[in-house]
Amino acid sequence: MRKYLMSGAAALSVVVLASGNAVAAGSAVKPPEQQWSFSGLFGTFDRGSLQRGFQVYNEVCAACHSVRLLAYRNLMDIGFTEDQVKKIAAAKEVTDGPNDEGEMFQRPAQPGDRFVKPFPNEQAARAGNNGAFPPDLTLMTKARVGGANYLHALLTGYKQPPKDQKLAEGMSYNLYFAGNQIAMAPPLAEGAVEYADKTKATIDQMARDVTTFLAWAAEPELEWRKRMGVKVILFLLILTGMLYGVKRKVWSDLH
Amino acid sequence: MRDSKFKNPIIAWIDYRLPVFTFMEHELHEYPTPKNLNYWWNFGSLAGIILVIMIVTGIVLAMHYTPHTAFAFDSVERIMRDVNYGWLIRYIHMNGASAFFIVVFIHIFRGLYFGSYKSPRELLWMLGVVILLIMMATAFLGYVLPWGQMSFWGATVITNLFSAIPIVGDSIVTLLWGGFSVDNPTLNRFFSLHYLLPFVLVGVVVLHIVALHQHGSSNPIGIDTKSPQDTIPFHPYYTVKDLFGLGVFLVLFFGFVFFAPNYLGHPDNYIEANPLVTPPHIVPEWYFLPFYAILRSFTADALIYLPISWLMSAKLAGVLAMFASILVLFILPWLDRSPVKSARFRPIYKQFFWLLVIDCVILGICGAKPAEAPWTYIAQAATAYYFLHFIVIIPLLGFFGKTKPLPTSISEPVLKGGGGSSSAASTKPMEKA
Amino acid sequence: MASSADTAGDGAHGAEEGETRRDFLMLATGAFGAFGAAAAAWLLIDQMNPAADTLAASTTEVNLEPIKPGQRVLVKWQGKPVFIVRRTEAQIKAAGAVDLASLPDPEADAKRAQKPEWLIIVGVCTHLGCIPSGTKQGEVKGEFGGWFCPCHGSHYDTSGRIRKGPAPKNLPVPAYKFLSDKLVKIG
Repeated sequence: MRKYLMSGAAALSVVVLASGNAVAAGSAVKPPEQQWSFSGLFGTFDRGSLQRGFQVYNEVCAACHSVRLLAYRNLMDIGFTEDQVKKIAAAKEVTDGPNDEGEMFQRPAQPGDRFVKPFPNEQAARAGNNGAFPPDLTLMTKARVGGANYLHALLTGYKQPPKDQKLAEGMSYNLYFAGNQIAMAPPLAEGAVEYADKTKATIDQMARDVTTFLAWAAEPELEWRKRMGVKVILFLLILTGMLYGVKRKVWSDLH
Repeated sequence: MRDSKFKNPIIAWIDYRLPVFTFMEHELHEYPTPKNLNYWWNFGSLAGIILVIMIVTGIVLAMHYTPHTAFAFDSVERIMRDVNYGWLIRYIHMNGASAFFIVVFIHIFRGLYFGSYKSPRELLWMLGVVILLIMMATAFLGYVLPWGQMSFWGATVITNLFSAIPIVGDSIVTLLWGGFSVDNPTLNRFFSLHYLLPFVLVGVVVLHIVALHQHGSSNPIGIDTKSPQDTIPFHPYYTVKDLFGLGVFLVLFFGFVFFAPNYLGHPDNYIEANPLVTPPHIVPEWYFLPFYAILRSFTADALIYLPISWLMSAKLAGVLAMFASILVLFILPWLDRSPVKSARFRPIYKQFFWLLVIDCVILGICGAKPAEAPWTYIAQAATAYYFLHFIVIIPLLGFFGKTKPLPTSISEPVLKGGGGSSSAASTKPMEKA
Repeated sequence: MASSADTAGDGAHGAEEGETRRDFLMLATGAFGAFGAAAAAWLLIDQMNPAADTLAASTTEVNLEPIKPGQRVLVKWQGKPVFIVRRTEAQIKAAGAVDLASLPDPEADAKRAQKPEWLIIVGVCTHLGCIPSGTKQGEVKGEFGGWFCPCHGSHYDTSGRIRKGPAPKNLPVPAYKFLSDKLVKIG
């Protein structure tokens, strides 16, 4: 937990204390602050970055990581057309059934289906990944201290280990991971994907794009929330101002 | 019926048979309220409104939530993603819990500062403490429902508190769980109780208001109202003042809901519960942190534990101390023997009041920190001071605390300070037609 | 002080200018507050409407290949039963020959089936929502050879039109589209 709000008794003002990122820090470094299109009061997701990020997820991350809470239809919210979404979905197979013979069968995924998971269950995922379990990524930016900054830092934080640090078999050194030893091998390499919009696929660019995509996956309501928030707060400010006027008028009798 | 004060014949007809309108007229309209209440007196009605918001959003969320370990987490995410305005309703409910506690804590400290718990309002105060206890239970039960990692481990840790009870402790924990760990039966009953308790809360709130209206609100100078001149009708004066306060609150509250909805939450609760992995640093929600610090202060080597180490285990001592930190409020009206209510006229008590506030903030910070030096020592000292304040300082101040001279009535300082005309004092007492 | 407070308590306002301005401010504030309350009420009501995932799942594709002439099958769409009938020539003719003037809810059979061979209707009685019998073999088909609702005795014909009984309307035809000769998408 990053911050705690304590309410003082006699003051409406509340004392906010940053208690640092104490979560099993080990020797992990605090991720640097990044500029994100979706931060701030009026932040919106950069559509280009979202679609590139989906490409990175789909071509790189999806081999091991699920985003099980997303449905293919959700991709229409980030600018894919219905036909594109149908195509993306149809490239995956889902298990359905039972059919009239009582058998489960495979069929191409449809827009209404949730994203197909790379492994059917945790045991299969561990068996396929040297005993490590690649976590689901849908809520990753909400589920980690530092959110998007952390995710971007982690993806770009693979370094040569210091001489005095011994890595366990199959582990990689990462500056930002708790304990610095991570089971995930460096996932991104220069030019690992070929962007349709000709953006240069540097590691930083891909990390940035996939982080944006995952931030959207975690909070698909973000743009709507902020837009609505501005309106609601403005409305409440006016209403409160009017109520203050009424209060003054009513109480003016007494003074 | 002909004499009814209501002109509308339908209202008069109903009121003659079921006096709801007379009741509302008495309790909401005419209800004589001290005219010198300041904005600290807004927080009671505000808490009531938040309770309504919580119940309404809660009922709505229950329409979509599934209390089963296999579906709970996903059903909450479905609310966030697919249900119309689900994210908004859930964020209101989630942040509403925090808002409820902020408002109630301010309400409680207002009572402490102005001596609102003193005769004849002891039962009013004690009902308030009952409300706090039910709120805490409800908040804890509700936090378990999203079935994230913090939900699960919070439930595990808090239910394990009862294992500190000698002899029957383990059986009680098994009973609470309905099994041998926090699992589906636990989640099911927690959902049921989380739905039930707010309505119990409403009942106690009604009693709280009945007790309040018996002798009326206390006020900043602590002198009870003596003549109608000291009071004004609740409506429109305090209804409009409360509404304005509500507006200010809503601006701040929706600021959190729309722009920092997870600020007060914990990232680990967006990871689905896993009974085989404990998060490295578990903390309760912020409103439980001071109590959590008191709980953790009692370790086998803690100085505050030594005097009672022959009597009970440190674990039991910690649990008892945590409950005692709230239960001590029940006997506060009898611990404080000072005849003067308001801290305005008790300069020494005022200093100690602020020390208590600081102490509670320190306890909260300690509760958030990992249990290691120096935080453990600070927490132990702050815990000791908390009880020292109520058990020793308050009774002593009742006998030795110097007080300032009191005004003779509420109107006196108002007339003096307000530059009011002398005619105001001689006008007829204000009365309802 | 007291006199003006009396006025406020009485509600017997004078027509002074100050009073008018105050009344206007109060009215405006009240209207504003009512708007906010209405908006809040709306979202608390709208949350009960079908959620996005429910709407997304509201089409059903049916393979017509295995259905033989004369056969009736039942599929589920939006949680409701849908009757699919592969009608024989005789049945189509009978349904088309009915005098529309004699029907409680006049509707030509040609308008109820995109392809005369395939009748696709929602199997929910328009009276009070029971499922009429007649789809499975051996079930009572009613006096008109279509469907019979056992709850309150409504008779439907081979086009799913109400002929007798308390139901006011014909069995409704859902939106559907033939994706190919043998594949239909309902919804």
